[in-house]
Amino acid sequence: MTFSPGDLLLVLPELLVVAAACVVLALDPVLTPPQRDGLAWLSLGTLAVCMGIIASQMGQRAEAFGGLVVIDDYGCFWRLLLCFVAGLTVLLSYSYLKEERLHIGEYYGFVLLSLSGMMVMVAAADLLTIYLGTELMSLSLYVMAGLKRAESRSLEASAKYFVLGAFSSGILLYGISLLYGATGSTRLPAIASAIANQSPDNPLLLAATIFIAAGFGFKLAVVPFHMWTPDVYQGAPTSVTAYMAVASKAASFGAFLRVFIEGLGGLKTDWSLIFLLLCIATLVLGNVVALVQTNIKRMLAYSSIAHAGYALIGVVAAGRSTESLGGVNGIASVLLYIAFYAFMTFGAFAVVAMLRKGVVEGEEIEDFTGLAKRHPLGAFLMLIFMVSLAGIPPTAGFIGKFYVFMAAVEAGLPWLAVIALIFAVVSAYYYLRLIMLMYMREPGELTPDSPRLVMSPSLSIVLACATAGVVIFGLYPRPLVSLAAQAVLALK
Amino acid sequence: MAQLFFGYFAGVIAITSVLVVALRNPVYSALSLLIMFFHVAGLYVTLHAEFLAAVQIIVYAGAILVLYLFVVMLLNVKQDDRYHGQWRIAAFVCVPLLLELLVLLASGGAAQSGLLPAQTAADTADNTLAIGTTLFSTYLFPFEVASLILLVAMIGAIILAKRDFPERGEM
Repeated sequence: MTFSPGDLLLVLPELLVVAAACVVLALDPVLTPPQRDGLAWLSLGTLAVCMGIIASQMGQRAEAFGGLVVIDDYGCFWRLLLCFVAGLTVLLSYSYLKEERLHIGEYYGFVLLSLSGMMVMVAAADLLTIYLGTELMSLSLYVMAGLKRAESRSLEASAKYFVLGAFSSGILLYGISLLYGATGSTRLPAIASAIANQSPDNPLLLAATIFIAAGFGFKLAVVPFHMWTPDVYQGAPTSVTAYMAVASKAASFGAFLRVFIEGLGGLKTDWSLIFLLLCIATLVLGNVVALVQTNIKRMLAYSSIAHAGYALIGVVAAGRSTESLGGVNGIASVLLYIAFYAFMTFGAFAVVAMLRKGVVEGEEIEDFTGLAKRHPLGAFLMLIFMVSLAGIPPTAGFIGKFYVFMAAVEAGLPWLAVIALIFAVVSAYYYLRLIMLMYMREPGELTPDSPRLVMSPSLSIVLACATAGVVIFGLYPRPLVSLAAQAVLALK
Repeated sequence: MAQLFFGYFAGVIAITSVLVVALRNPVYSALSLLIMFFHVAGLYVTLHAEFLAAVQIIVYAGAILVLYLFVVMLLNVKQDDRYHGQWRIAAFVCVPLLLELLVLLASGGAAQSGLLPAQTAADTADNTLAIGTTLFSTYLFPFEVASLILLVAMIGAIILAKRDFPERGEM
């Protein structure tokens, strides 16, 4: 089995991203700080070209490198989303790094390298390749979390993330090796056919499923594998936090769904039970603990944990449904949910990144008090993101929750939808409390240290994209819904 | 004969791995880890994976363990009792795992799946060649991804360990 040059064309977006990352890393030392801004634009240009190539790959199904990588609609959906989020991250970082006086050209190189890892994850149809993609993504994120080296919190976040991430990779790898032992292959189609040929209650298969579920659980930050999330999200530079919360979660969901649907689809009665338990635990703990947070980054971290729980409902629905149509709806609802989650969470973190108190970041929830008086536009955008995160119409967050709950009802789990709805109401409390603080309280006295929003052209683009996504898809979700449905059909 | 060798290697591996965590002196722990690595390499030889055996000795015994010893000696940890008070957690983890293992053994485990381990060209004498060809043909893509991981690890370590950043472009 050798490779043909045509395979390289199929993974051209990945190659371009890696090449751009190498150029950024090589140019960084020879450029003066003002010239380094060019690196951001170089990264952005590459991402735009990649999105164009990926969009042109939609609608086909091709295997590269002997089936290790599959270019299909499903992978292209995630790759498009990831490139888009990486582009937003570059724009957000451009102004955030200036505010923080972090002049690190390598930063953009790491954004691109971890993006290439994520793109490998969602395009791979082989457990070994998925694992290596995960490692490439995580290793870059560990470094990025620690880039604010003047703050011990940032280094602590990096170290914590590294230790727990390495531990979870070990668990994932152990699961993969057990699965290899039970099925004799690491390729997802071969695993699926091996599982179909043997009794599904083989204990080795069950053990492998549990380990792989736990390994992905860490990456998705679902309860009880969520311990690292609040500390890491709080300690990391805010632009990195936004990237981790959105892109790394999206990539993990992409790889996770492919592994469990394409590879372990024969064991869905087993894993749907595991994910049912994880899902309920995540919904309860994520939403309840978010209530008592005083730091906005920690609150958003718990909110992102809770949102992983909502997305898991779609996975459980896909596993529980007996007819194939319900399964398709379940997975499509996960894709939709994560896409909507990307817009609203990224927008919220972008506002947080630009809230400053004097020279330091304002990241206490108290700092938002009376923001509407001083920065009406910024406060209004935050209001839109919070309303969407709470799942109130007419925003994208509502549409996402609607499709997930519909999938649960169709799969015969109306009680799960009811539980999720109850905790959505609980979550409204902490999202709306922020709105209340911004609009109904008087701001404190104006001092040089009082919280203010720092706006810049690149940040405006980020906020405009995120707001447009939340509002337009909230009112007219059809294009994204049909895109998700088309993507899921590619999943065998 | 093969059974005898397996018994010897497996026994020593089990004993030394217990010693790694049970010994109080970190240097002794590192040394028993070294013995364990050598015996794992021996297991690879009995499986006709000579290349893996060589890599095991060069990478693990040669490089990684020396690094461990450096750290242990640099930090000058002689005897540390702080990490020995966790037997409750250990029991909580080990007992279910042991039960699981027994269940696996009782129900036939992997034998039930009716699958033999994947047969590859590794049985031939020249398995270094076989591994090389496979790495650069079938597994070319993951192999290149792995090289990127090493690149990230290297640059990341340099960035995080660099003493300070020049504020203005001084080269």
